[in-house]
Amino acid sequence: MSGRGALSSGRPGRVRVASGQGFWGDDLEAPVRQVEGGRIDYLMLDYLAEVTMSIMQKQRSRDPGAGYARDFVTLMERILPACVERGIRVVTNAGGVSPQECARAVAEAGRRVGAGGRARIGVVTGDDLMDRLDDLASAGHPLANMETGEPLASVRDRVRSANLYLGAGPIVQALEENATVVVTGRSTDTALTYAPLVHEFGWSWSDWDRLASGIVAGHINECGAQASGGNCSAEWWSIPDLSGVGFPIVEASPDGSFVVTKHLGSGGAVSLRTVKEQILYEMGDPSSYITPDATADFTTIRLEEDGSDRVRVHGVRGAPPTGYLKVSVAYGAGYKAVGTLVYAWPDAAAKARAGARILRERMDRLGLAFDQVLVELVGWDSTHGHLVGHPPPDIPEVQLRVGVRGGDGAAVGRFTREIAPLVLTGPPSVTGFSGGRPRVQEIVAYWPALIERTAVEPEISVEVYEL
Amino acid sequence: MSGSEELVEVSLLELAHARSGDKGDTANVGLIVYDEADYNIIVKQVTPERVKHHFKDMVRGEVERFRLDNLCAVNFLLHGALDGGGTVSLKTDAQGKVLSTALLRMKVEVPRGVAARVRGRGRLPAGAAGEGG
Repeated sequence: MSGRGALSSGRPGRVRVASGQGFWGDDLEAPVRQVEGGRIDYLMLDYLAEVTMSIMQKQRSRDPGAGYARDFVTLMERILPACVERGIRVVTNAGGVSPQECARAVAEAGRRVGAGGRARIGVVTGDDLMDRLDDLASAGHPLANMETGEPLASVRDRVRSANLYLGAGPIVQALEENATVVVTGRSTDTALTYAPLVHEFGWSWSDWDRLASGIVAGHINECGAQASGGNCSAEWWSIPDLSGVGFPIVEASPDGSFVVTKHLGSGGAVSLRTVKEQILYEMGDPSSYITPDATADFTTIRLEEDGSDRVRVHGVRGAPPTGYLKVSVAYGAGYKAVGTLVYAWPDAAAKARAGARILRERMDRLGLAFDQVLVELVGWDSTHGHLVGHPPPDIPEVQLRVGVRGGDGAAVGRFTREIAPLVLTGPPSVTGFSGGRPRVQEIVAYWPALIERTAVEPEISVEVYEL
Repeated sequence: MSGSEELVEVSLLELAHARSGDKGDTANVGLIVYDEADYNIIVKQVTPERVKHHFKDMVRGEVERFRLDNLCAVNFLLHGALDGGGTVSLKTDAQGKVLSTALLRMKVEVPRGVAARVRGRGRLPAGAAGEGG
């Protein structure tokens, strides 16, 4: 059952880490295809985005047993027996704000499908700062916003979640203790891929180049099929069989170099183009990709085609990490709602704009004040703005899309009641209102901050237990 | 540039492919040339100033550019492009997912030979499988 068995796979000395999920809501069948479609040693499943943590926090406040990706439990019920059978180990951040509850649910599911006594679960905790915010503030940690410099105190009463980004250390520890499944809360997405490599190859925590190479591997894996043909802007029509797209697999060597590939016979494509697009996705300064374990220099990456659907990655250079960990805070920042109507030919765009003007005038008469009102014409300018010029009078149809946001939830609520009346009281040849009133949503905004490692690392803990 | 008869206009769509995403209120666009031979055209002409001018008020803040010579690619950071970013933004494209193709609309000047080689690239060829139902 030990992951060491990985080293006896088809290519000795290589470890295959498969990506099975790029976000909470990704293709539910992808991880099953990764397990069934050929040899892999590890399956990494990324469920978390910045906004996800606050959604999970909200779920936990209603039900203390909730606050994690339940999809993951359902998935493990399907694939854990096969993983145990084949020696595949699973690393995931599905734990959200309730990693222990998540692990418990996986253990129960595992026992239901006969994996009891044959697997171990590892849980990583200590990333959740929600209950420690005031202590940290009084100990002199302002958690100032990285973009504005404002101290967290200014939104303290509206904080919905606060989590550290943890590195690979705790995951590696769980793997050393023979965990079959490792569940974390807010670990970095990249760590889910390179923690298994650190564990398998015994890399030193000061081997910056190998760690950096692992970070690049993690960045390529973390968005699922975006590295293997999904959402690829280079001749998208030529990418085969996206309905059965093979998610990426990183086939790593002890020296840190790796090949990006996918299962033989799966759909999609792994090429220089697909890999380059994913490397550049959500990229800041490419020479300084900071993680808790190392800083990777993406300008040193070397890529080569290595046969069909295989791209070799090598040459990556790294540097030490900083003395800080990143903190992701989510806080309530008012309310928003978006309403839509569809206007048809003739003069569809002019009618839509007239409808929007009438709507604005009515809101003014009602004295409703918002921080922002945004009017877009979907089908014309909602994505490329002024770059497309003015709509032709013969445009067949446009969707009027009006959004408002502000601190006054009641005003936003009233806005949602002003859309439908436009159908009978505004310009003609209008439809598309059958979806009902728009929903008022609380805006949960994101507050990035840094904190000294020494202030928070002692609370990080790893627990591994038998299923 | 405009004085040279040998140069003709093509759109970036014909020279490069791109992917965009978000980090808070900043969008990034990674621009990757199809042919390494065309990388210098991008480096010389697709400057941060031109990109800022291209987007005008769609980008409220600065435009930064980073070169990745190793990948024949450049990365742009468009600050203040997302109307407050991810969850705050009211925009259809709150995460800047299609600012990639918005950048590919930009025109650059290339020698006639290059234009002939790249003409029509980036668009669905007539009769290709993606068309129709």
